[in-house]
Order: sequence, then structure tokens, then C-alpha cells
Amino acid sequence: MARPQPTAFQNARLVDPESRYDGPGSLIVSEGVIADVAKGREFKNLSGDVRVIDCEGAMLAPGLIDLRVKTGEPGAEPKETLKSAAQAAAAGGVTSMVVQPDTDPAIDDPAMVDFILRRARDIELVNVYPAGAATKGLKGQQLAEIGLMRDAGCVFITDVDHSIVDSRVFRRILAYAKAFDMLVAHRPADPWLTGDAGATEGDFAARLGIPAAPTAAETIMLERDLALAELTGARLLVDQITCAASLEALRRAKDRGVKVHASVSINHLSFNELDIGDYRTFAKLDPPLRSEADRQALIDALADGLIDVVVSAHAPAPAEDKRLPYAEAAPGSVGLETLLPALLAFHHDERVPLVDLIRAVTLAPAQLLNLQAGRIAPGAPADLVLCDLGAPVIVDADKLRSKSKNSAFDGRRLQGQVLMTLVDGRAVYRTTD
Amino acid sequence: MTASAPGIDDLRSRTFPFPFRHFLSAGDLNIVQVTELLDLADHFVDFNHRASKKLDLLKGRTVMNLFFEPSTRTQSSFEIAAKRLGADTVNMSPRSSSMTKGETLIDTAVTLNAMQPDILIVRHGSSGAAALLAQKVGCSVVNAGDGQHEHPTQALLDALAMRRAFGTLAGLTVAICGDVAHSRVARSNVAMLSVLGAEVRLVGPPTLIPAGAEHWGVEIHHDMKTGLKGVDVVMMLRLQLERMQGALVPSTREYFRFYGLDRERLSYAASGAKVMHPGPMNRGVEIDSDVADDPAVSLIQNQVEMGVAARMAVLASLAHRLDNA
Repeated sequence: MARPQPTAFQNARLVDPESRYDGPGSLIVSEGVIADVAKGREFKNLSGDVRVIDCEGAMLAPGLIDLRVKTGEPGAEPKETLKSAAQAAAAGGVTSMVVQPDTDPAIDDPAMVDFILRRARDIELVNVYPAGAATKGLKGQQLAEIGLMRDAGCVFITDVDHSIVDSRVFRRILAYAKAFDMLVAHRPADPWLTGDAGATEGDFAARLGIPAAPTAAETIMLERDLALAELTGARLLVDQITCAASLEALRRAKDRGVKVHASVSINHLSFNELDIGDYRTFAKLDPPLRSEADRQALIDALADGLIDVVVSAHAPAPAEDKRLPYAEAAPGSVGLETLLPALLAFHHDERVPLVDLIRAVTLAPAQLLNLQAGRIAPGAPADLVLCDLGAPVIVDADKLRSKSKNSAFDGRRLQGQVLMTLVDGRAVYRTTD
Repeated sequence: MTASAPGIDDLRSRTFPFPFRHFLSAGDLNIVQVTELLDLADHFVDFNHRASKKLDLLKGRTVMNLFFEPSTRTQSSFEIAAKRLGADTVNMSPRSSSMTKGETLIDTAVTLNAMQPDILIVRHGSSGAAALLAQKVGCSVVNAGDGQHEHPTQALLDALAMRRAFGTLAGLTVAICGDVAHSRVARSNVAMLSVLGAEVRLVGPPTLIPAGAEHWGVEIHHDMKTGLKGVDVVMMLRLQLERMQGALVPSTREYFRFYGLDRERLSYAASGAKVMHPGPMNRGVEIDSDVADDPAVSLIQNQVEMGVAARMAVLASLAHRLDNA
């Protein structure tokens, strides 16, 4: 393979969460890494073999790292394949995605971790990191082979949407994972309280007559998880925090020094329970959408750093699973292509500084996974996104690259157009494509 | 071992008789008492190589093996030890007899006590069971393993094997590896090795190291590489295969990969390091046969031999006290 020639990105708006720099600048990409960075200026007297791209003031930031992406591979390829998800990621400026282990069969042993990595190498678009199951078959009973999966390349363990109800099992997962310095992600939800709920308990869900659950279902399990993380000293990622009461618990735990981090989905930052509207199944999510007060609290928590990471919670579901009566429809929304423009809304609304928004989808997840990416610095991998921050976008679900078109953002007016995505210095997406 | 140590024939005229009526816990003993037992056991090791292996130190005494948990090696080791000292031995396995149908442990003890045994050797699945029996019977009680608490004769035989291999235990570093949480062998060894001046490390996944063990005066490691670095003795523990069910360990192959002892792991230890295992071994789970069967590094067969001698020393010391009571 011919070495791509060095490329200089001149006249960009560089956003680097590591140095908290947000201002004009340029950088040079060479041999897959960022070779040089010039903050506040352009490179002069570049040699003739350097290709020059004039960014015309567009944002040049580290590529996004999405910790929560579901595909259908293996086992449900009609929903989404690793390739279609990778194409959607590239178009959305996502250069690394962590695929969830709730596949069929589940990613719960080193051979499955290896399978995902091998498929990702064949596709050769964006970086794909497998998360491994915490328990065998995601059944919440026996430990999965955490150490062997780590050595095979699994970046954290999670039972995805399955709560690990048995506290003794969860305690042992945390204790065991600690010896391998393995991050444990757990989505807090008390399954007996949530039952088959498709909405958050309250006035609106009651009027619609939809089975609903209180946010306490999340907070109860979160408090348990935090207590066990403190007991074991393990690293815990709260997978999708969604309500104000949970934020209180999270803040107290962080103040006590518990090694806990939290993610929020872009959906819960962007929508509230009213978006279900007239039984709109594209807004049926799991966890369900919350009140506007909860949504506002989540944005504030993102702004002050209490929430570390924003994820797309990309969950493809084909039309036949969505075009059903609300209670019967599958939950979830695709999100890889809309994550960045949806996130930029909080920049345009002046709610959260741009550099902090970018941090939550680049450096913060990179640090959780011990990756070198997520930074604009010499030596860092040239995983980059070039984005016209002001360009208007109307989301058209039918035009999304995902095989499933179930986007909660369908029809939404956003600002932010990805112009180019680079992975290891290779352009994996360009708008002109 | 040395000329000044008390010989078998000196035992009858020993100045300081064994101070305890029972032998329940390694933690009860001080360095003088352990050293006397080890010296005595050393003589029995040599004695056991004679063609005629019969003494009369326990002549006329009745030793009763009361094993509520099945055991082959410990029970036969005690039985041989008692017989070589001249005792009459009876083996009771209450699990298979009609005696304990609905009977409590104490009822059983009182019943057996009425048969006037002199020494009762007890193994039971509950921690503290041997101590409870000792309060209710008139004879001496030897703890042959109580739940997850203690197995003091195992610690004594392990100390004997180590002392014969290294000359002394003072200053040795011993890594006890594997399922410490469920191991009575580990607890007795921690107590006895500490008394004898050895440094102890516990090595295993966090799920198999009991909470609070950091207060036992030991180092705790979750990585074999750091845990075995520079140690003189690697003591492997048996991993019960039912541990896979309780979310303690994922699989035997993962366990062997990270916590099993093979040649490479052993190379982290000091040169000349020895390998021990209380048995029975799970080959390929906690220990590689290549290491277990290598006489240059493995003390595992020695341990079995030391078992008879160590138990003879315990029984002889208890009998001596009975004679002088």
C-alpha cells in the first residue's frame, strides 16, 4: 500500500480537549499520526510533497469515540452489520466505536472478541473495539472470561441492557475485574420496577395509557452499584444516567472518591418524554425519555463535568420492529450519524462550551479505554473530524447509512455538517462522496 | 535433626510436656511449641524408614477418627500415625452410619465420649466444630480440618517439609496461591509460618482472597508475576470446581492462564524455589504436571510423607500430656 502523502490542514478552528484549546490553527498529518500542530497560525514554507487542505475555518477536532454502539453482527445482520455501522460512523465523524456484546452469540469469550476485531480489520473503515459480556451469555450468573477477553482486545465489560440483579455476582464481577484493571459498565435499572415499561411514570404516560416506570428504578440500582464500586475499588462506568435523582447519587459518590464515571446518551440530552407525542415509536427508548427537568439537569451535569461521556446509544431496529403499536415496538434509536450535530446544539445554544462537548465524545472516552486518541497533539493518532459548525442539516432518516432507519432525530433541524473524517490519516468520509 | 533435639526415647522424660489438651489451631502455638513438634516429627521421619515401625507411646490408648467430611489421605495418615505409635484405632464416618440420623454434633460427641476414647480426631464441614466438640468431651481433640477455619496438622507437615528443604523457616518468603478464601490450609499456614518467622504472601484473584486479609500481616497480590517475585516457596491451593458456579472464577482455562503454576510462573520465584500443594491436585487447573512432578522443585510427595510424621508428633505429644496429667 502506497504511503499517503503528508497533508497539512490549514486555517482550521482547532478544538483540543486535552489542552482545552479552541481557536485558529493548523496541523500536519503524516504516516497515520498527527505530526505537527500550529496553534494560532498556519504552516509556512511547506515542502512540495505536502498536500494542503484549506479548512476555511471549519472545526478540526479529534474523531469521536462512541462507547455504546449496537450492530446486528453476528446474528442479526439485516438490522445492521459492522460495515454499515462503520459507514454510518465515518459519516458522523465517529472514528472509534465500541460495539456491544449482546449479539447472537454474545461476545463473552476471547474467540468472539477476536472475531469482531478480525471483521473490523477486513472492513478497514473506523476503529472498532469490542466490549465483552460481564457474565456468560449475559445471564447475570457466571463470570465471563474477563482476563482472556482483555488479552484478546476487549476494552470493557458490560451486560448491556441486562441488569445484573444478583448483588453478590455484581460484587464479584467488580472485584475480579479490578485485578485486570478492567472497566465495568453497568446500566442501572431495577428490572422488577421497570417491568415492560416503555415510558417514564407520570402525567403524560398515564394519559397515553403506556406502561411506565419511575426513575427510582434507575436510582435504586445506581446506589447499589456505587456502594459496590466503593467496596471493591473497581472502575465503574454508569452506562447512561438519565435523571436528576441519579445525578445526586453520582455526585456524592464522586465526592467520596469512588472510581466512577458516567455516560449519557445524546437522546436523553436532546428529547424529553413529550417527544413520544402521538405514540411516536422512534422516540421509544430504553431507558425511556424523562421529564424536561431531568433533561435540563443532564445538560447542566454535562457542562460541569459530572457526566464524563456522551454516547450515541446507537440501537438499530428495522421498520418491522418499529411500525407497531407503541407498547409492542422495539426501543432504541440509531445515532452514529447524528451524534455530533445533535451535540453541537448545546454549543449553538451557548449551554456548554464547545471544547467541553468535544471532550465528552473524544478525550473522556479515550481515557476510560486507555487510548492515545482523543487529542490534537503530535504523536496522537490522526483520527480527526472536520466539521462545518454552522451548516444547517435536516435529518432525513431515509438517507442515513445505517441499515435500520429508526432515528429519533428524523426531521430534526440541526447545525453541523461533517466535511471529512480521517482514521489513522486515511480519509474514510468526505461530503463530496 | 541435631543431637540436642529431643529423641523419641527422650519423650517419656520430657521436662516441658505439651501444654494443651487439644490440638485445634495453629494460631494457639508459640515458636517453642512448634519447634518442639517439628524436632520430634523429624525423628519420626527417620523412624518411619525403619523396617519395623512400631512404638508403644500410645499403647493401650484408643484413637478415634471422626470424619464428617470424606477424606482419604488425611484419615489414613492419622490412622497410620496412631497405629505406629501403638494405639488402637477406630474409624467413624458419621455420614454413612446410622448414628447421626437426626443427631446433633454434640449428641454424637457425647455418645462417642461414652466409649472412652483417648484422642478424637475430627474433621467437619463447619468452622469451629472441633472446638465445640472439645468443650463437650473428656478426651483430647485433634482438629483435622474444620470448615474454612483451620487444618493445623497440615500447617505442621508443611512447615516440616519446608524446614527439611531449607534448614529454617526464618526469613523464607512463602506465597500461598489460589483459593485462599475457602482454604483452611491457608489460614493455618499463615498462622504457623508467621510464628516461625517466614514472610507470607497471598496470591489470587480478588474474589478468592477474603476481605480483611490485608490485616493478617501478609502481603496480598492479585498478579502471579508480582506475587511470586523472589519467593522461596510457592504453595498452591486446590481450586474447587464448584467455584465456577458462584461467579468467583470464569473458567478453568482462564484460571490456569492467570493463576495456574507452570514453569514460566515458577521462574519469577527465587532460584531454588520449591513447590507445594496440599492435595489432591487439579492438574492443568492450578498446577501444571510438568512442575508438580519434577522432583527437583516439587515437595508435594514429601508433604505426604511428612504428614504421617507430623501427626505422630502431635499424637505423641498429646499422649505424653495424658500420661502426665
